[in-house]
Amino acid sequence: MEKRVVFRSAWLPYALVAPQIAITLVFFFWPAAQAVWYSLHLQDAFGLKVQFVGLANFATLFKDSNYLASFKVTALFSVLVAFFGIAISLLLATMADRVLRGAMAYKTLLIWPYAVAPAVAGVLWAFIFAPSIGILTYILKGWGVDWNWIIKGDQAMLLVVIAAVWKQISYNFLFFLAGLQSIPKSLIEAAAIDGASPFRRFWTIVFPLLSPTTFFLLVVNIVYAFFDTFGVIDATTQGGPGQSTNILVYKVYHDGVKAADLGGSSAQSVILMFIVIVLTVAQFRFIERKVQY
Amino acid sequence: MAEISFRNVRKSYGELEVVHGVSAEVADGEFVVIVGPSGCGKSTLLRMVAGLETITGGEISIGDRVVNLLEPKDRDIAMVFQNYALYPHMSVYDNMAYGLRIRGLARSDIDARVRRAAEILELGGFLERKPRELSGGQRQRVAMGRAIVREPAAFLFDEPLSNLDAKLRVQMRAELQALHRRLGTTSLFVTHDQVEAMTLAHRMIVMNAGRAEQIGSPLDVYANPATTFVAGFIGSPPMNLIPSERGGRPVLLGVRPEHLEPCAESEAMMTVDIDLLEPLGSDTLVYGHLAGGRDGTRVAVRLHESVDARTGHLAVRYDPAKAHFFDPQGGQRIVS
Repeated sequence: MEKRVVFRSAWLPYALVAPQIAITLVFFFWPAAQAVWYSLHLQDAFGLKVQFVGLANFATLFKDSNYLASFKVTALFSVLVAFFGIAISLLLATMADRVLRGAMAYKTLLIWPYAVAPAVAGVLWAFIFAPSIGILTYILKGWGVDWNWIIKGDQAMLLVVIAAVWKQISYNFLFFLAGLQSIPKSLIEAAAIDGASPFRRFWTIVFPLLSPTTFFLLVVNIVYAFFDTFGVIDATTQGGPGQSTNILVYKVYHDGVKAADLGGSSAQSVILMFIVIVLTVAQFRFIERKVQY
Repeated sequence: MAEISFRNVRKSYGELEVVHGVSAEVADGEFVVIVGPSGCGKSTLLRMVAGLETITGGEISIGDRVVNLLEPKDRDIAMVFQNYALYPHMSVYDNMAYGLRIRGLARSDIDARVRRAAEILELGGFLERKPRELSGGQRQRVAMGRAIVREPAAFLFDEPLSNLDAKLRVQMRAELQALHRRLGTTSLFVTHDQVEAMTLAHRMIVMNAGRAEQIGSPLDVYANPATTFVAGFIGSPPMNLIPSERGGRPVLLGVRPEHLEPCAESEAMMTVDIDLLEPLGSDTLVYGHLAGGRDGTRVAVRLHESVDARTGHLAVRYDPAKAHFFDPQGGQRIVS
């Protein structure tokens, strides 16, 4: 059943959507178009002269081993963030859904991290894991783990994944909790009478019914890992040590702002844009098909 | 196949007791309906049999086993829910096969059972469909099918017909009766609809405020209600309860609307001032209040012919053998 509002006026509907369209044009399409334009040009260091170079910026990028490494780092990072972000929040939501006493307190506390800015979350975890003064570093040392993410690439990756996941869990948790609460209780009871153990009930009834939520969160989390984790990286590892946490979006910023390579940086952001479009389309085409029931 | 017995069964939520000690027996193969207004504890009682609610006090046994501490899956029962509770992501076939697969039955056995149930319920053409592609009546049948394939000791029905429209409800009622005749499985059926209770039950348990007010066959309960509550709940319109006197003490006189017959003014036992007529085709319901003081007690009369409403009042009489008397305080029946 479709509910449609029909406007009598010819111009009113356009006027009503105009602000949104204006914002989209000014803040999304214009910069995107500019990025495309810059990616085809070479600019001198002072921004005085611009020269058309065709696809040369792209050609340079694909010969750059650092850039290719950044792809691998981004792939690893986004898979880890999306997987753990979804898995942990699903676990927490399932447990919070079962709690009867003090449920509100648990839920409120679990939602709090969402109010923390990514950069602050990064700093928080950087402190906790700081090689010299971090409390967890101290505990890890007690277990004989030599913890120093400033010089160890895999530990640096672990740190940014933890910070990024911690930040995103609240968001995922909210959606999973709402999803769980929309599953009729009688379905679970029917499955219990049918003889299914709690574990089996979860995997054969609850999880399939949550699949639209999970799919939505997968898309959102991948995009989050690609773009919104910039703050986490910038506040902690700044892409290092070496290139070990230099994800694509951070490299765009670093090469464009710090290394003043506007053309190369624009070419990277065009590629990044393209990747995210392809990923999102692919997710909708191939995964969503399995979600329908 | 099993009998179910309740021995002084109680249920409390914290301080609040909602079922105050119900004792009843359901014989093997019997169809027993638990009927009562909403909030009377009838669903709670059923859910305690299923194992979905803990039993606070007393004992429930199915067959010769006390089931108080058994998990739902170990009680050998199947339940049909009000909202059907079909698994929306599974086909009709998988909905019915789910419980069997969990119990580890052989593939061929599962297939045979599901197909037989589908045949009984005329679901053969729908096995591959998802629940959302079915009508309300078909979903109801799938829910029944899921119960049947398990071949349990007892069926539990929690208001399974109340989501259907009136016409379908009558049809499903007939199908349920036919099904029970065919399978002969002990059934416990909860409803708030006294017509459902009257038509389906071998025996009924009339519940009110957490107590079983009366247990008996539908006709026996109808003919000899144990309390004013039962008199008012079973039968539509309900039994007329008129403040009266008998042997010098105040009583409530109970007369069913169909036992009041119009008569000449001279032999009238009471006169009704007519407020409203409801012609039903086969008969006419007359609603009014008692004329002549008697604090305007409301009275309903069922007439088998049409009546001239313009007269404004109706003289009626009744056969004293069909009158009931109740204690105006406790509402208990006074046996003469």
